[in-house]
Amino acid sequence: MTRLACLVLVIVAAAVFPLVITNATATDIAVNAMIFVAAASAWNIFSGYSGYLSLGHAVFFGTGVYTVGIAARDWNLAGDKVFALLPLAGLTAAVIAVPLGLIALRVRRHTFVVITIAFFFIAQLTATNLKSTGGSSGLLAPVLNWTASTYNNPFYYAGLLIAAGTVLASFLIRRSRFGLQLRALRDDEDRAAGLGVRAMPVKLTAFTISAFITGLAGGLWFYFLGQAFPQFAFDPLFDLAVALMAFFGGLGTIAGPVLGALILEPAQLYLTLRITNDYLSEILLGVLFLVIILFLPRGVLPTAGEFLTAQRARLKERNRGR
Amino acid sequence: MAQEVYEAIADGILGGGVYALMAAGLTLIFGVLDIINIAQGILVVLGAYLSYVLSVHLHIDLFVGLLITIPVMFGVGVAIQWLFIRPLRGSERTSMTLLACYAVALIIEGILYSAFGANYVSLNAWYTQPNASVRVFGFFIPDIYLFGFGLAVVAALVLYYLLYRTTFGRSVRATMQDAVAARLVGIEVNRVAALTFGIGVAITAVGGMVYGSTSGGFNPNSGYDLISRLLAIIILGGLGSVGGAMLAAIFMTTAEALVDIWQPNWAVAVFYLALVLVLLVRPAGLLGRRAVRAQ
Repeated sequence: MTRLACLVLVIVAAAVFPLVITNATATDIAVNAMIFVAAASAWNIFSGYSGYLSLGHAVFFGTGVYTVGIAARDWNLAGDKVFALLPLAGLTAAVIAVPLGLIALRVRRHTFVVITIAFFFIAQLTATNLKSTGGSSGLLAPVLNWTASTYNNPFYYAGLLIAAGTVLASFLIRRSRFGLQLRALRDDEDRAAGLGVRAMPVKLTAFTISAFITGLAGGLWFYFLGQAFPQFAFDPLFDLAVALMAFFGGLGTIAGPVLGALILEPAQLYLTLRITNDYLSEILLGVLFLVIILFLPRGVLPTAGEFLTAQRARLKERNRGR
Repeated sequence: MAQEVYEAIADGILGGGVYALMAAGLTLIFGVLDIINIAQGILVVLGAYLSYVLSVHLHIDLFVGLLITIPVMFGVGVAIQWLFIRPLRGSERTSMTLLACYAVALIIEGILYSAFGANYVSLNAWYTQPNASVRVFGFFIPDIYLFGFGLAVVAALVLYYLLYRTTFGRSVRATMQDAVAARLVGIEVNRVAALTFGIGVAITAVGGMVYGSTSGGFNPNSGYDLISRLLAIIILGGLGSVGGAMLAAIFMTTAEALVDIWQPNWAVAVFYLALVLVLLVRPAGLLGRRAVRAQ
């Protein structure tokens, strides 16, 4: 009951946020936060549940970016029509994910991680070298002549919609038979396969779903930013950021990546605003990562949960003693 | 045409020597510690910058400077292992160590950017000048390629001696085969792990020096390019196989040099394409054991 009330409260707060706080910097950060809530949750749906660490999700993000970018340029789209293209971004990313998954998911652990990194570099190289992607000079998004004061709002609501949908999907998958199979694969793939889990289709489905959402997030990000360059659409820091967010909040949980994205993305943007030295924020990101891995290896939420449970047990013990 | 092909093959083999060495360090670290040191690329760049500082500010010859940079990088490696890798245990160790190495790479990259900026620099000495070259069978090989290859061969021999002719090497190989059994027969696995990580990183001092003087310029961002190649090489060679890594390195750089004649923009893609193709046929890599261990 209290959980439901909390959830309603969060949704209402998220829905009225840009109406209450109209500061452009704040809504700007909020849009980015929503994009990363979606991206981190999507990463978690695959990597968190299945245990296959992907450091190549920027491939799907960048695919989303370039899909809408090229489509809008070649079909001369402008204005509000842009949002109609977002599903296409997700679809392209999902279509690309199938062959990539078929290759990468044949191997496990380190090799899998390295293959995803290799895919990432192939994708970045392709975007830089092809003519249709605009090469290293990148792509420009269509100009949107919306009112400046509420310019961020449509992006915010689109982001919120995608983020909420992702969290819902994450929740449904975790509770489903499919989610159970995924987590069985994470714990012991050979045993799960022995018990009848069809490993490849299950992994591939999760990979594709995750890619679809990441592509959506990429498309939205592109329109919001207004331009794309290969090194930012396919950004190694993106690979790391989504993983960091999921790890920070709690890998394999539903709320963990959301919390991670809501804390880390605004923090990082704020730092970048305050500290003009780009490299310092990079160093800070690295240090933060190390601190989390060394001291909170299971994430904030699980650790906090354990702490609360232990506290409660101690209280009970004390009450019984009286 | 034929001339170009021969030159490309010579370049590939000579250049591949250094990659072979760097990849050997990476795969050695994997074999003993069961982790992928994703910071290896930026550590090579760090090694290159160390050589740069020594040669520009202290006017020490690049090869003599190695006497300083190798121990320094060894210390850096041992410190990284001791501080950030050793404490990580448990079921998520694979991903945790990888991310820890990534974080270390980010920090080093940030520090290098703050210290040296984004401008490309390269290592210079008399043997890196464009006209310093040897004429072999009618075409020219730059001196630095020969020197670099010679250095790589020497370092590989030292590595071989260390691994196969000393007690330490015996314990390293025992740990690679079975860490638990090694511990049972009295090998201090933690110490072996720290030293191996140190050696694997010390190699980057050599790699960085040669890379810095042959690549035609590097900056802190070069680490990404390097690590992606090195990862492709060690996977192709078979994780944990030093010989496989060396073979794969020579193969890859030669293939890249050949494609570079026709398609300079796509030459790097050969690396990844070869990787994907090999893995489709042999998921364990060229010389890998069937040891892509259970999760």
